[in-house]
Amino acid sequence: MSTKHEQLCQQLADVFGDKVVNPFVDNNEVKVDVAAADYLSIMSQLRDRHEFSFEQMMDLSGIDYSAYHEWSGKRFAAAVHLLSIKHNRRLRVRVFAEDEEFPVLASITQLWNCANWYEREAFDLFGMHFDGHDDLRRILTDYGFVGHPFRKDFPVSGYVEMRYDAEQKRVVYQPVTIEPREVTPRIVREDQYGKAGGRG
Amino acid sequence: MAEIKNYTINFGPQHPAAHGVLRLVLELDGEVVVRADPHIGLLHRGTEKLAETRTWVQTVPYLDRLDYVSMMCNEHAYCMAVEKLLGIEVPLRAQYIRVMMDEVMRVGNHLLNVGTHALDVGAMTMVLYTFREREDLMDVSEAVTGGRLHSNYYRPGGVYRDLPDRMPKYVENKFKNADDVRELNKAREGSLLDFLDDFTQRFPAYVDDYETLLTDNRVWKQRTVGVGVVSPERALQLGCTGPMLRGSGIEWDLRKKQPYEVYDRMDFDVPVGVNGDCYDRYLVRIEEMRQSNRIIRQCIEWLRKNPGPVITENHKVAPPSRAAMKSNMEELIHHFKLFTEGMHVPAGEVYAGIEHPKGEFGVWAVSDGANKPYRLKFRSPGFAHLAAMNEMATGHMIADVTAIIGTIDLVLGDTDR
Repeated sequence: MSTKHEQLCQQLADVFGDKVVNPFVDNNEVKVDVAAADYLSIMSQLRDRHEFSFEQMMDLSGIDYSAYHEWSGKRFAAAVHLLSIKHNRRLRVRVFAEDEEFPVLASITQLWNCANWYEREAFDLFGMHFDGHDDLRRILTDYGFVGHPFRKDFPVSGYVEMRYDAEQKRVVYQPVTIEPREVTPRIVREDQYGKAGGRG
Repeated sequence: MAEIKNYTINFGPQHPAAHGVLRLVLELDGEVVVRADPHIGLLHRGTEKLAETRTWVQTVPYLDRLDYVSMMCNEHAYCMAVEKLLGIEVPLRAQYIRVMMDEVMRVGNHLLNVGTHALDVGAMTMVLYTFREREDLMDVSEAVTGGRLHSNYYRPGGVYRDLPDRMPKYVENKFKNADDVRELNKAREGSLLDFLDDFTQRFPAYVDDYETLLTDNRVWKQRTVGVGVVSPERALQLGCTGPMLRGSGIEWDLRKKQPYEVYDRMDFDVPVGVNGDCYDRYLVRIEEMRQSNRIIRQCIEWLRKNPGPVITENHKVAPPSRAAMKSNMEELIHHFKLFTEGMHVPAGEVYAGIEHPKGEFGVWAVSDGANKPYRLKFRSPGFAHLAAMNEMATGHMIADVTAIIGTIDLVLGDTDR
């Protein structure tokens, strides 16, 4: 099992050289980081070269690293999960957007058509833009929604709430009236604390 | 000659054939669909964001509310992801229980799908039959987990409790007399496994009944054969998984190809379609029900012979038993820490995918070592399938849109998350 993963790591290193950052096996999965500039060309080779032939794009999701414990890298990234039916293996490609104010990545909709909605979702929830996507509309949030709710600086309760106004006889938006409340605080313990079997 | 313009109509969000709150903007040329633009998100509850503010275990019940038709399969993918991050083993009996319940969910899911799909295209009767059997499976779910729809049963490290050794029974009331009740309780005298065993013996004959009603039915074939055709190449491009992919002739089933839990010990076949139309996908689902029935029988046989623990002994992850907690200081501390602070999951990221009844359901979990997920992403099969809707519906009559929605096996809770 693991030799199959190591073989894929080796192939990635052979074909792309230093364009891919450190492909490695983690939790029985192969993951690799690529630079935003090389993203599109590497993805198209991952699909077309017979030693990779990743025919399916399973998932594309955005992530905002700004609140990550002791994080010093860039803020926004997209993680793409690929599946090769021919070789029966998976690969996760992570690509960081260069600019934090206006994160842009190349669109892979032309390579895998199903990326269309996944990129719309990443745009909607994280405000990431995909260059070459011809229909970048919001998808999951309400019509006329303001902001990108999955960013870490967006509160869980949001900014506005909707109610029916009996006087105006229509639905109106107003600032939220609920107080944010955290029952269990978020804690990161020292190393080995949570490790199953470790001392606690 | 008068110029005829295309016109758009609004299908849903409240439409009986929309299977929930799907809004579909259809551009029509006469009766022919030129463009179908699904507007989703009307059921978006931000589960992934909510999970970031809950501890790892508190997220499990949210998973039930994604695909509320096959809830335990969702929990399964999530628990597998957490287990992979933690690097813990699940007891063998728990693995068998999970496989069995997953297959019960699969049968239930396909029963709902076949029934409502037929209902959408005009075969009223089907749904009455399939829901009769679904009711038995709902009773199984209730007996095992306590909830008919929201089970909250799987836990990282196993399942919450062992299978019950008796089934709830009907009681006499002013609508049911003693004879009726005795008849209804006949299969419920023994344990849950006895009840399920009885069901699996009856079930193949029921599937034969469904096939009598539909498989050679002229109207059903007219409505489904050649409708919503997806070629194998397009199915891969569009991210189709599960019956949508197998209906197009690609033999891909995670239970066989990337086996998880104890699927590698199970004896079952993977049905594959030929033409990639609604009818082939219907046939695939019918056959999957028969195969799931086989898997359930194998699990019952094993579970009867092999008692054992159903959740890991590691008390950093799973709570100790109630009795031990009351009598032992260390267990009490574990219990307290687990229910106040929750478990800590080592930093890292992991993707766990399972063969959900609708396709591949995947969970991408990122942890920074805290007691809460840093980011969760659910890869729901319905999302990709609905995105393929435009391509499948274009060129078909408007009446075929309902047939295509039915064949996607759409549950909006799963699509919108």
